[in-house]
Amino acid sequence: MTRFLRALLVVGLCLGALPGLAQDAFETGLQRLAQDSFGETTTAISEIATSGAPNAALVIEALADGRLFFTADKQIYVKKPTGEFIDARTGAALAAEPTGGSAVRLNNRVRNVVQGALGNLGILSSDPVKRKEAALAVLRSKDATALPALETAIKQEKDRAILRTLETARAAIFVTKPDASDADRLAAIGALREVGNQDALATLRGLPTSVSAPVAEAAKAAIGGIESRLALWEVVQTAWYGLSLGSVLLLAAIGLAITFGVMGVINMAHGEMVMIGAYTTFVVQEVIRARFPGLFDYSLVFALPLAFLTAGLVGLIIERTVIRFLYGRPLETLLATWGVSLILQQAVRTYFGPTNQAVGAPAFMSGLIEVGGLSITLGRLWIIVFAFLAFLALLGALRYTSFGLQIRAVTQNRRMAANMGIRTNYIDALTFALGSGIAGVAGVALSQIDNVSPNLGQSYIIDSFMVVVFGGVGNLWGTLVSALSLGIANKILEPFAGAVLGKILILVGLILFVQKKPRGLFPQKGRGVEA
Amino acid sequence: MTSGVFSAISDRGSGVFIAILVAAALLIPASNLLLPPDSALHVPTHLVSLLGKYLCYAMLAVALDLVWGYCGILSLGHGAFFALGGYAMGMYLMRQIGPRGVYANPILPDFMVFLNWKELPWFWQGFDMFPFALLMVLVVPSLLAFVFGWLAFRSRVTGVYLSIITQAMTYALLLAFFRNDMGFGGNNGLTDFKDILGFNLQADGTRMTLFALTALGLVLCYWISRVLVTSTFGKVLIAIRDAESRTRFIGYRVEHYKLVAFTVSAAMAGLAGALYVPQVGIINPSEFAPGNSIEAVIWVAVGGRGTLIGAALGALIVNFLKTTFTTGALAPYWLFMLGGLFIATTLFLPKGVVGGARAFWEKRKTTKAAAETAPAAE
Repeated sequence: MTRFLRALLVVGLCLGALPGLAQDAFETGLQRLAQDSFGETTTAISEIATSGAPNAALVIEALADGRLFFTADKQIYVKKPTGEFIDARTGAALAAEPTGGSAVRLNNRVRNVVQGALGNLGILSSDPVKRKEAALAVLRSKDATALPALETAIKQEKDRAILRTLETARAAIFVTKPDASDADRLAAIGALREVGNQDALATLRGLPTSVSAPVAEAAKAAIGGIESRLALWEVVQTAWYGLSLGSVLLLAAIGLAITFGVMGVINMAHGEMVMIGAYTTFVVQEVIRARFPGLFDYSLVFALPLAFLTAGLVGLIIERTVIRFLYGRPLETLLATWGVSLILQQAVRTYFGPTNQAVGAPAFMSGLIEVGGLSITLGRLWIIVFAFLAFLALLGALRYTSFGLQIRAVTQNRRMAANMGIRTNYIDALTFALGSGIAGVAGVALSQIDNVSPNLGQSYIIDSFMVVVFGGVGNLWGTLVSALSLGIANKILEPFAGAVLGKILILVGLILFVQKKPRGLFPQKGRGVEA
Repeated sequence: MTSGVFSAISDRGSGVFIAILVAAALLIPASNLLLPPDSALHVPTHLVSLLGKYLCYAMLAVALDLVWGYCGILSLGHGAFFALGGYAMGMYLMRQIGPRGVYANPILPDFMVFLNWKELPWFWQGFDMFPFALLMVLVVPSLLAFVFGWLAFRSRVTGVYLSIITQAMTYALLLAFFRNDMGFGGNNGLTDFKDILGFNLQADGTRMTLFALTALGLVLCYWISRVLVTSTFGKVLIAIRDAESRTRFIGYRVEHYKLVAFTVSAAMAGLAGALYVPQVGIINPSEFAPGNSIEAVIWVAVGGRGTLIGAALGALIVNFLKTTFTTGALAPYWLFMLGGLFIATTLFLPKGVVGGARAFWEKRKTTKAAAETAPAAE
């Protein structure tokens, strides 16, 4: 039903320009329909379907549903599901049902033809989404009857991606059609090689065995060419997935790099700060849904600062009430913050319930773009961009603000910094709050790709520690390099070892790595380092 | 060393502790088996099982205290050694089921039949023999500890880094044991045990024997640890804990001492796991969860790190609290309690219950002594 309405909308949208030539085939088809003969109807269906006329989809759909009528004076009209009547020829609404109309009859053979035509008709639709779906459907079915419609569609297609799919479909039909000529086949093989994707490869492999030697040769060469190209793209795709995972790790670990790396505090509640950020996103979205539904696409814009403030505030409270008594005793902070983490998890579980919460993605984050053989989900793309922005912002804050200068001063030599008039207690609290706030911001991003549940933080805590330990403590660049290399290593191992075993191998590798370089990739140098 | 052996027995605290445990090992099973159920002194079976479980945890805590309290190695992966010992015992119990499983396969455990395995994997060979299984209970965890410790201590991974990689170790094992094709029953683990050495696991007699063995096992672990820490070896361990680089500078091979302590500790944890499994009737990968290992650390911290009795007491106290809170209406609040316990212990009781009490008594003794000597000086 919605399909029909969509078709109607399409028809309505493009009533303006009617190509004259197409209109002829459409006209003849309509006249045949009025003959009330199954044979004529069958012919009419393919004429109308390939005519490219804007009303074609409307007519065929009506026919399939038995809502297409004709009168004795050859007037053809459609009864809409809503009960109104429209002229099939012009699409104009009729004031009343014409007298003496009878439905165009269907039998099983006609029904099959109608169904086929409906599928192929999509490629002539003016809705690009529908066109794309239909083009893919034709490519899969390799239905030779779609050829005329396909040719028409290729002539008028403007969208390059869809045009390519259409051409692939045409080539696929020629390659698999039993009675195609060698010339057609060779041209089609060339086209498929040009396209060079998984579909093309599958089609080439499905080449009939009866073909002539040159065609078989060409197909073999094309398969080889496509395979090596696909292998190359796979490397790129793996690198991309690795980059994507790496940026998630970076987001999760970057706040920890501050509290662990800069302050020497083992914050086992770091994951819960991430969770708080994710729940802030959830609450913001709930409020927006209830009060200002129009702002939904901007929900993350509101959630980001709020998550930073909420998590930062919680971090500040934790620092003031627990951690400040434990400086210089990292093992104790580990225990105490583990306790904090249990309490925060349980608090969230008690208040929001133990189940996953639904967090929606704004429109600009959903969808997929394809670059060559690489498919990129927009959500992931934004997370990568976001991770790098967060990284740069933090780097900038540490390097160029006076707060950053004071943090670095306290880190390097606390007593000297205190003598220079820096309030070290105050800086400690704010640094911890900063690290927590960044974790909260990471939570906003992670809410887009992971389940928002009380366990969210736990799933990142070990990975985050691995990143910081691998990268070397007290070095943000080390964190960046280690997050990205761990992400990529993980994705490289996955195809051979599977996701779980890959992760185990990474963990074991890290344990071995720490033997060789106990202070990470980029160890801190100088006097500040504990002997 | 010999002076350590004697002092471990002659020392009053240890003597009392060992005496209580031996008495419990004898009296509790006796009261369960000999007294009628309506007697006021009768200890019901489920309570004995619960106590047995606590004692296994206490063994784990003693093992952990040996490395953390005396050598400064905060292991966040001791749950892994516990679980490995448990799995070794579980494999033996699994083989004892024989054809009584759901699929009635005399060789393959049910989950292997379910996964369409045709023969027993090599690492399951020999587990039908109890002595071999018992050997594995000790060998597997200590071998892992040896290899891990050898790598870590040799390259001087210390402090927080060591804690984090021990956590990574148990996490890696968690992930591995969750896999069905590992051959350890995937996330269901090993369960449905029937009997041990021919004795029915459900029978009161078997359960009482297991309880008594656990109490004696705790005595054994405590005694070994006590001997170790009171000997010269233990003095070196304490020196390493307090000033590692100085100890190395004096000429001790620090990593060897650490390695011995870590390996012995892992074997004890494995033994604890092996006693735990037949009493609770199941072992699954969740025992490898990092949270479990961290919880074991809090037992030691609550009881008092560096006091072996404290570690054991801490395990008993925390687990008693846990059972009390998670069986009542307060169950949802248990994590608040546990979290609060973590924070309160580190902030207010850095020496734990036993350490705190000991410090209190010593202070009182010195003030008393000072008060007595003060008038004499006049």
